Amino acid sequence: MTGTVIPLFDPGAEAARATAAILEDTLTGDARGVVVDSPPGAGKSTLVVRAALELAAAGRPLMIVAQTNAQVDDLVVRLAEKEPGLPVGRLHSNDPDPYDSALDELPAVRKSAKAGDLAGLDVVISTAAKWAHVQGVEPWRHAIVDEAYQMRSDALLAVAGLFERALFVGDPGQLDPFSVVGAEQWAGLSYDPSASAVSTLLAHNPELPQHRLPVSWRLPASAAPLVSAAFYPYTPFRSGTGAEDRRLTFGVASDGSGADRVLDEAAESGWGLLELPARHTPRTDPEAVRAVARVVQRVLDRGGASVSERSPDPVPLTADRVAVGTAHRDQAAAVRSALAERGVTGVAVDTANRLQGREFDVTVVLHPLSGRPDATAFHLETGRLCVLASRHRHACIVVCRAGVAELLDGHPSTEPVQLGVAVKFPDGWDAMFTTYLHLLEHRVSWRP
Amino acid sequence: MSLIGALARLEAVESGRARPLATVRHRHLSPRPMVFVPLTTAGEAGAPLGALVGTGRDAPQLLAVAQPRDRDLRFAFLSELAEVLLPYLDGYADGVEPAERGETDPETGKRVKVEVELCADAPQLIVPSGPGIDFVRLLGRSMRFRRTAEQDPGTPYPAPPRVPLLGRWLTHYGERARVPGSSLLLAMTDLLGRHWATGQSRLEDRHLGALLAWIAPPEGGSGAEAALRAETERDREGQLVCPPAGPATDPAFDNGLLAPVMERYDRARQALAAAADGAAADEQLARLTSAEREIRSLLEGVLRPTWDAVWDGVDLLLELPEGPHVADRWKRDRWSFTGHRDRVRAGEPPQPRRDDAVTAARKLAARETAQAQLDAQEALDDPLVLAGRRLAGEAFVGVVADVTMAWSESKRPSPRPLLTLRTQDTPHLGSGVKAYRSLAGRPQSAEFVRYEEDGALVLRLLDRMGRSRDPAEGSVPDVGESVAWTLFEHDQRGGPKLPEPEDTPWTHGGPPRTDAESPDAVTPEDLL
Repeated sequence: MTGTVIPLFDPGAEAARATAAILEDTLTGDARGVVVDSPPGAGKSTLVVRAALELAAAGRPLMIVAQTNAQVDDLVVRLAEKEPGLPVGRLHSNDPDPYDSALDELPAVRKSAKAGDLAGLDVVISTAAKWAHVQGVEPWRHAIVDEAYQMRSDALLAVAGLFERALFVGDPGQLDPFSVVGAEQWAGLSYDPSASAVSTLLAHNPELPQHRLPVSWRLPASAAPLVSAAFYPYTPFRSGTGAEDRRLTFGVASDGSGADRVLDEAAESGWGLLELPARHTPRTDPEAVRAVARVVQRVLDRGGASVSERSPDPVPLTADRVAVGTAHRDQAAAVRSALAERGVTGVAVDTANRLQGREFDVTVVLHPLSGRPDATAFHLETGRLCVLASRHRHACIVVCRAGVAELLDGHPSTEPVQLGVAVKFPDGWDAMFTTYLHLLEHRVSWRP
Repeated sequence: MSLIGALARLEAVESGRARPLATVRHRHLSPRPMVFVPLTTAGEAGAPLGALVGTGRDAPQLLAVAQPRDRDLRFAFLSELAEVLLPYLDGYADGVEPAERGETDPETGKRVKVEVELCADAPQLIVPSGPGIDFVRLLGRSMRFRRTAEQDPGTPYPAPPRVPLLGRWLTHYGERARVPGSSLLLAMTDLLGRHWATGQSRLEDRHLGALLAWIAPPEGGSGAEAALRAETERDREGQLVCPPAGPATDPAFDNGLLAPVMERYDRARQALAAAADGAAADEQLARLTSAEREIRSLLEGVLRPTWDAVWDGVDLLLELPEGPHVADRWKRDRWSFTGHRDRVRAGEPPQPRRDDAVTAARKLAARETAQAQLDAQEALDDPLVLAGRRLAGEAFVGVVADVTMAWSESKRPSPRPLLTLRTQDTPHLGSGVKAYRSLAGRPQSAEFVRYEEDGALVLRLLDRMGRSRDPAEGSVPDVGESVAWTLFEHDQRGGPKLPEPEDTPWTHGGPPRTDAESPDAVTPEDLL
C-alpha cells in the first residue's frame, strides 16, 4: 500500500473489522443464521475459508454448500493451501470426472460419492445439487452456504434439513437465480421457490444478523466507484487499492486503429467503449463479434504488462488473464470461433452466468443491448451487467453499437410490480444508464 | 425468439400467409373436447356475463347472466355451468385401465409397485385465448371455497349443490395448464401460435380472429389485410364484425348495445317487484322476459364468431398428424386427471388458497422437468423443430464417414467406438460435450472427441451397445448413415427429494398450519 490511500479510510482495517464481527457472530452468536453481503471481489472466498478453519479449529465439524463443482473444488484447494493437514471431505456426483484432478494431489482430502464415507471429517464440501440427495445422516451443527444469492429458495429447502445453523455468504448484486418456466403464481410468497435463498431466509427470519464486506480488493480504483454507484447505491463500497497502485501498459505502440485506441483509453482510465455504428443486428452480430476478437487479439499482440499491489515488477498480460463476457451462449460461441480463426487461444469466453465469481486482469464485454431493436427484462437485468462490469482488476473494454441511450429511452422498464416482492434498487434500466453515461466518457468510435 | 422463428415470421410477412412452425401436432386433441367461450363483465372482476359451452360445433349451449351484479343470478349461471361441465368430466371418471405406480412402502421405506386405476381417457377443455385460461382459474378460485347448504346449514349465502365441486375441477385444470406440454386445458391462440408463425407480433397473435386470418386468409387475399379487418372492421352500428375472443368484451358493445338492454331489464325487475296487481305484474314480467331474451341474443351474437373460430382452429390442427411423443405426455395428463378424481372421491378438502413451501417447490421442479422434456420431445418428433435447434447450434445432423472400433480401458473392456461424422451444421461442441441420439426410442450418448483437419468431427459412443466385447447388432451406426444428434438430453432426471410439508425447515418458516382453511370472513363490503 503506498501513500495514495485516501486519509480516514484504511481499507485493510475496515475489512478486518467487518470480518472480525462476522466471525464473532458465527462462532459465538446465538442466531441460527448469519448473512454476509459481499460486493464483487471483496474476499468472499477468503472469508468462507477463514470461517471454516476457525469453526474446525474450535472442534465444530461443518458442511459447506457451494453452487457449482468449480466453486467446490476451488474452496477445497484454498482450504488445503491454508491448512494442509485439515481433514476435508469432497462429496461428489457419480458422473465421470466429478471433481478437479488437482484434488488427488491433496493428501488430507477424502473424496466420495457417499456422504456416509465422509462422516466425522472436519469439513465436508459439495454442491447444493449433490447435498440435496443426501439423506439419513446426522445433521451438522454448522454450515456455510456460499454464493447464497445465486442459490434458489427451493434448493435451500432441499438442504436446510442437513444443518442446524449456517453462515450465508453471497453477492446481492449479481445475477438472480432463474427458472425456465413461469413462477409468477408464487411471486410475493415469502418462500417463492424461484426467489433467492437469502430472500426466503430473511423473510422468515428477519432478526438474523446481517453484515457487509466494505472493500473490493479486485476492482481497481477506477471501477469501484462506478460499480458501487450503479449497482450498490445503498450499500457503497470502496476499492482496496489506490489509483496509483495498478498500471497497465503496452510494449507495442498503437497502430491508430479503433481497437488500439480503445485499448490505450482503457489502459489509461480503466474503461473503454468501442462504439460501432448504430444498426439492428441478429444476436451474433458479425461485425461486433469481429471487433471483440480484434480487441482481444491486440491486447495480447501488443505485449500488455500489468503492475499491481501483488507485484511491483510488470507482469506480462497472458491469455489466461483476459476474458470475454457476453449475454448469450451463441454470442460466446461466435466470439470463440472468431478468436480461433485468429489463432488466439486460452482466453475465457463465456456468458455472464458462467463468469460469475471469476477474476481477470482485462475483460472485453459485448454489451447486452448492442444492436438490439428492443430492451427486454433479460437484457436489462441488473445482475447481468454487474457481473460483466466487475470481473477485471485493471481494465474493462465494452464493445457496443451506438444508440443504447435511444434504445433505453424507447424501452422504460415495464415489469409488473408484484405485491409482497421487495422492489430491487436500482432497476436494470437505471443501472444500464448510469454505466452507459460513464462509458461515453471513454468512447472510441470506429467504423469497421 | 429463435432465429428460425424470426425467419418464419419474415417469410409470413413476405408471402402474406402464416408459415408452419411444426410438421406434426405437438399437443393432444380430444376427439370430443369441451369448448368453453366465456365472457366477463367489464369493471367487475370475476362476474361472468355469459358463455357458450359444448362438445359439438353445431350444438353450443348458451349460458347468460342478465344482470351480472346480482349474485343470485351469478350463482344460477355457475350452477348451470356445473350442470354442463360436471357430467362431461364425470363421463371420463369410470373408464379405467389397470396401471402401476411406484410408491414408498410406509413400513419398510422401500419403493414398491402398486396396482392402481388409470383413466383410459381424460376430458379436455379448450378456451379461445390465454386470458380465457386465467378466467377458468378465477372461476375455480371463486367457487371452490363456497359452502353448500348441505355442507354447512348455517351458511348465510349457500352455494348451489355442485358449484364448489366445479370450482375444484376448474382449479385443477387451471393449475395443470401451467405444466409445459400439458393438454387438459388449452387456449386456441397458444395452440395455433405453437404451430404457425404469422407476419405480426406475438401480442397481436393473441387476437384469435387475426391469428386465424393469417393462417387461413380468404381466397386471393393477404393475411395482413384479413388480420387488420378482423381486428378493426366495424358494421354500420359501430360494432366489431369479429368480436374479441374474450373474456373481455368490446366497450362499444358494452356501451352501445348491452347497457341499454340491461337497464331495461333492471327497470322491469323493479317494476315487477313494485307491481300492485296481477295484470301489472304480468305486464312487467313480459317486459322482463323480453329484455332477458334480448340480452341472451346479444351475447350469443358476440360469442358465436369466437365459438366458430375455436372450432375452425380445431379443424386446422386436426389436419396435422399427432407427434409420436404426444401420447406419452397425454398419459401424464390422464394421471393428473385420475389423481384429482381420487382426491375428490376420497373427500379431501379443496385445494388451499396458496401452496405451502414444499408444494410450491415440488410444482416448480415438476414443471421445469416437463419443460426440458417437452423441448427435447418436440425436437425429436419434428424435423422442423430440430432444424431450429440445429440453427441454434444445439443439435446437428451428420453422415457417418468412418467407424473405428475402440474399447474402454478396464478389466472387462466395453466397446467405445469412434465415429467420424461430416456435417454442414455448426454445433457448439467443446471438449467433453455430450451428444445424444435416439436409438429405438431410447437415448444413446456419445462424447465429442476432436475435429479432424478437414472439419469432420469425431464422437465416441458411450452406451447402449450391450454387455459383450462387441457392440450389439444395430447399436452402432453404419458408414453412410445420416444421424441426428442433440446436445441436450432427451430425458430429464427428476430433482432431489424434498422434505415432507410437516418437515419444512426453519429457513422456510417451519411446518405450515394444518387446520383447514375457512372461506373469507364476510365483511360489510361483501354485501350490496
